[in-house]
Amino acid sequence: MLKTTPLHDAHKGLSAKMGAFAGYDMPLYYKEGVIAEHEWVRSHTGLFDVSHMGQVIIEGPGAAEFLERLTPSSFQKKKHGRAQYTVLTNEQGGIIDDLIITRLSEDKFFAVINAGCKEKDIEWIQKNLPDDLKFTHMYDYALLALQGAWAERILHETFQINAHDLPYMHLMEAEALYGSKIFVSRLGYTGEDGFELSIPVSKAVDAWDALMDHPEVKPVGLAARDSLRLEMGYPLYGHDIDSETSPVEADLSWIIGKTNTGFMGAERVLREKEQGTARKRVGVKLLDRGIAREGAEIRGSDDKKIGGLTSGGFSPVLKESIGQGYIESSLANMGEKIFVNVRGRNIPAEVTAMPFVPAKTKSMKKRAA
Amino acid sequence: MAELKYTEDHEWVAVDGDVVSIGITGYAQEALGDLVFVELPEVGKKVGKGDDFAVVESVKTAAEVYSPVAGEVVEVNVAMADDLELIKKPANENGWIARIKIEDPSELEGLMDESKYKEFTDGLD
Repeated sequence: MLKTTPLHDAHKGLSAKMGAFAGYDMPLYYKEGVIAEHEWVRSHTGLFDVSHMGQVIIEGPGAAEFLERLTPSSFQKKKHGRAQYTVLTNEQGGIIDDLIITRLSEDKFFAVINAGCKEKDIEWIQKNLPDDLKFTHMYDYALLALQGAWAERILHETFQINAHDLPYMHLMEAEALYGSKIFVSRLGYTGEDGFELSIPVSKAVDAWDALMDHPEVKPVGLAARDSLRLEMGYPLYGHDIDSETSPVEADLSWIIGKTNTGFMGAERVLREKEQGTARKRVGVKLLDRGIAREGAEIRGSDDKKIGGLTSGGFSPVLKESIGQGYIESSLANMGEKIFVNVRGRNIPAEVTAMPFVPAKTKSMKKRAA
Repeated sequence: MAELKYTEDHEWVAVDGDVVSIGITGYAQEALGDLVFVELPEVGKKVGKGDDFAVVESVKTAAEVYSPVAGEVVEVNVAMADDLELIKKPANENGWIARIKIEDPSELEGLMDESKYKEFTDGLD
């Protein structure tokens, strides 16, 4: 039996094509189709229901230190309201999940975790949780993502929330819908400016309806969410990263905090950061017709296997086949000519810098007053 | 006017003597969503009954197109590689993917006619 989000009826009312994702019955696309939705987010503003994702709070004295044990990032000096993309590492330095952790106050942190990893993450965090820290699963909160160039204005027109001075990767608390407290985080999974709104389940339908009533908002399903993140080169857990891949292999070394040496799996991760890895995650673009998807082999000019795609598909913006995968590190150079084998045929391709399409997210710096 | 038959895999088959033109039905197009690529076979390719001879790719997935008859590919719709919109057209307006010269016309007998196919797809929803 598939689980549902508080907006399940709303999606059905919009004639969404539904499909199973991480145990949830979720909208894959609505009436206009994946490409139209993708282009709408890139040119206007789209609304996503991502309430299947997990929202948790970790709080108490030493919460920052605890997060530096669970992740390779630094949290002790993070400013209040600052959000950090990071990963939970296991003892072998593999990735348990990727997530965004936001410092709400000195000893209180808010994290958004992948739907498919929820149970595993919660068990892992609770197993390692020091006695004086408190863990809360905000199962009674929905999560909406408003993504696109007009998001700031739409947020203001719909909820009278002024996020003008909120920089990228920052969170503010706000009141909406007659006094409900919500979290407004300026981030997302699309590469556009936009927000994720953490809203009590009791107000989720009202919030969705209010945003949908805005003439410039269209609903966007998980299929376009995937093609949008693919154009940005963002990894998808369970595909591009998993319990075997380390953050260094995954080309996520930038999340490793300079002062954090005591996290789970640090031995492998820091050694790899110093000495390099045998393989590395890269972007791949086909130079000829065809669509290369997850599982396709990457081959050298001698037809020898040198890696494999972990994600891939059609880019609605570039009208080309793009993907990401792992390749021998000695070949992980921008412009390196390779082949991707699709149904027995070697299609010419090249190693490409990510994002494939320029990100339009705002500056992380505080704006001038 | 060629006779139209349908498969359970949602191909339509336009029969004209010993040559059939094969395309995919509106039902298949609807199920696949936005189409982005068609991989055409080579002329001269031999196909067995039930073999795939082309691949239609949508944003989310790749779907094989099967031949309900054994035979040889005698013509491919090269215009479709540049204009995927053609796949939505009927057989007589260049909506076909490939033409296959059939070996055994009796293999066509098991296929559905239009009203049977409609019944079939109605039962799927």
